[in-house]
Amino acid sequence: MSTLRNFLIRKRGGSRIDITDALTYLYLAVGTLVMFGPVLWVVLSSFKTQAQLVEFPPRLLPYAQETIVVDGYDEPLPLYRVVVDGEERVLAQIRRVGIEAHMIDPENPPADPARPTDAERIRVNINDREPIERLSLALENYTEPLEKFRFATYLKNSVIVTTVATIITLVINSMAAFALSKYRFAGRDAVFVLIIATLMIPISVILVPVFLVITQLNMNNTLWGVIIPGAATPTGVFLLRQYMLTIPDELLESARIDGASEWRIYWQIVLPLARPALAVLAIFSVMWRWNDFLWPLIVLSRSELFTLQVGLNAFQGELQIQWHYVLAMTVLTLLPITAVFAFLQRFITTGIATTGLKG
Amino acid sequence: MSHTPRSAPIAKRAQLQPGDLGHLVKSVFLGAYNALMVGLELVINPLQRLVGARRMAYFFLLPNMIIFGVFVLFPMLLNFYYSGTTGTRLMPQDRTWAGLANYEHLFRCGNFSQPNTCVEDMFWRAAHNTVVFVMFQVGGMVLLALVTAVILNREIVARGFFRSVYFYPVLLSPVVVGLIWKWILQRFGLLNAVLTGLGGEPIQFLLDRDWATFWVILVSIWAQMGFYTLILLAGLQSIPAVLYEAGEIDGANVWQRFRFITLPLLMPTLFVVLVLALIRAVQVFDQVFVLTGGGPGTATKYMVQYIYETGFANQIPRRGLASAASVLLGMVLLVFTLVQLWLGRKSEAA
Repeated sequence: MSTLRNFLIRKRGGSRIDITDALTYLYLAVGTLVMFGPVLWVVLSSFKTQAQLVEFPPRLLPYAQETIVVDGYDEPLPLYRVVVDGEERVLAQIRRVGIEAHMIDPENPPADPARPTDAERIRVNINDREPIERLSLALENYTEPLEKFRFATYLKNSVIVTTVATIITLVINSMAAFALSKYRFAGRDAVFVLIIATLMIPISVILVPVFLVITQLNMNNTLWGVIIPGAATPTGVFLLRQYMLTIPDELLESARIDGASEWRIYWQIVLPLARPALAVLAIFSVMWRWNDFLWPLIVLSRSELFTLQVGLNAFQGELQIQWHYVLAMTVLTLLPITAVFAFLQRFITTGIATTGLKG
Repeated sequence: MSHTPRSAPIAKRAQLQPGDLGHLVKSVFLGAYNALMVGLELVINPLQRLVGARRMAYFFLLPNMIIFGVFVLFPMLLNFYYSGTTGTRLMPQDRTWAGLANYEHLFRCGNFSQPNTCVEDMFWRAAHNTVVFVMFQVGGMVLLALVTAVILNREIVARGFFRSVYFYPVLLSPVVVGLIWKWILQRFGLLNAVLTGLGGEPIQFLLDRDWATFWVILVSIWAQMGFYTLILLAGLQSIPAVLYEAGEIDGANVWQRFRFITLPLLMPTLFVVLVLALIRAVQVFDQVFVLTGGGPGTATKYMVQYIYETGFANQIPRRGLASAASVLLGMVLLVFTLVQLWLGRKSEAA
């Protein structure tokens, strides 16, 4: 109990390393492994060849067998370490017959490659040879799907959806927040209550009718159909309104006296001052849109319009999963978000802690 | 906006500095922004002269309200009507009004605790699965998040780093989360390698009903825990240190300090976290859809997947039924939301 209890208080006294510290760091170390480990494993796996991926038990790093080009043979020959007559030699395999491998000495190739003599051809049991390997990244996992499949298109669609949706979200939500925080007008409170009330109504509850609206507006199977419905996010209006309330009204009044129009007050005074809140909303919008799955899955049925998430899902749903491609594309998909996280993590974490935005 | 100070040394000006590119990009963006906004003034300022400055509020509200009205509010109302119709056509005017028939169909059940006895057994399987998922996922996650938050709140080395460690999976897309774990849990995956390495037998985790349920819950905790940890951590940090000092002077031991200072003061945050997690868990779909596809059989099929399949993915979509199911799901979420709003009001008043 005494070991556990220091955990539970907010601050520990003294600076001596005691058992509670040890437990704390143990927890943190295990946590780091559990949180990062799976992602790291996928990154490592994504550089392995197809043959390596089915190897069990798997090895940590990606390897490839050393090969050598020998005169008279069309293909590069795989190299093995073999013990012959108590002497360790490096040999190249020319063919395999059952459990027997036929090897030659690459240093001393047969005079006639088509018909090697018995002295030149060394017969080895396949269990007595050991492949010579080196670290090697199977970069073709990354390049091939970009050529063979539509991943470049998916990537482009995801970038378009994320960028356009974020810009629209920022513009219309900041305008609405400006109206709700800086004007008095009939129905203002009603509008605000309405927005708050729908704060928690997710798209999964209104899938069918929104799909109907989209179809009626001819936005089915278009990127606009993905972008527009989520643009007027109540969360965004709420966040920006709360922030804009802190901008002093006197500032706006003096601008009005100087003859500034309402639109000019909006873009030249309010927007620059609301930059921190706009940045938080922008980051979240990018995350939401980049990761969005259910709604694009419903709207987009033509594969040239797929976003990365929908494309990745379609790809992994095939009967024979081509893991070497799927893993590489998974890494490509998580890369941008990881980069955003690496640069802005402090910003994001304080943003969530203060606004309670859902991630 | 001049970006190069006049006094800058000539030698520096001659070469392009790394910072200059940033300035260039920034000033291009700012220039474009200013030009666009001034251009818009040509259209908007006459409007202001027409309607007056005060009514401009409606203008600012308009774009948001149109999208909100068309894509959120109207569909919400339409959903109620739609759930009362049957037919195979999409447009409401082509469908037949059937009153409460869809709801009756959903609720025609011999025994609600046994999906087999229901006409729409899939709905009830999904409902049962969702209840189990919500209980274990929310319970386990909130507990773990609390423990993690308490630990992260201690005076530890590299607190910022560790805080972001737990947060990182929150940012990953559900599809990516599903794929990562599918790769680890497969027959020849990392986990089975560890298991056989320790002398055990490999397990087909995703082909066994109980294991699949277990992993779906664990993966969802893994993916979302960091978010709630962060909120709880903010709650912990807002507790004044003076209280602990006072408690110590009064002779309260460590457990008592946690029990009588930390816990009561953290309660409002804890409740908010609980409700947020509940709302999220009830809608579980995407990472599970990728990880198990709802299988094996129907073991991990949840409510949103039922709605998606009934309304969209199945050969013959039954959209009226999907609509009715989503209205019911919406009711559950509404209750949670009201609880949250009520709690929010209470903590604001306090």
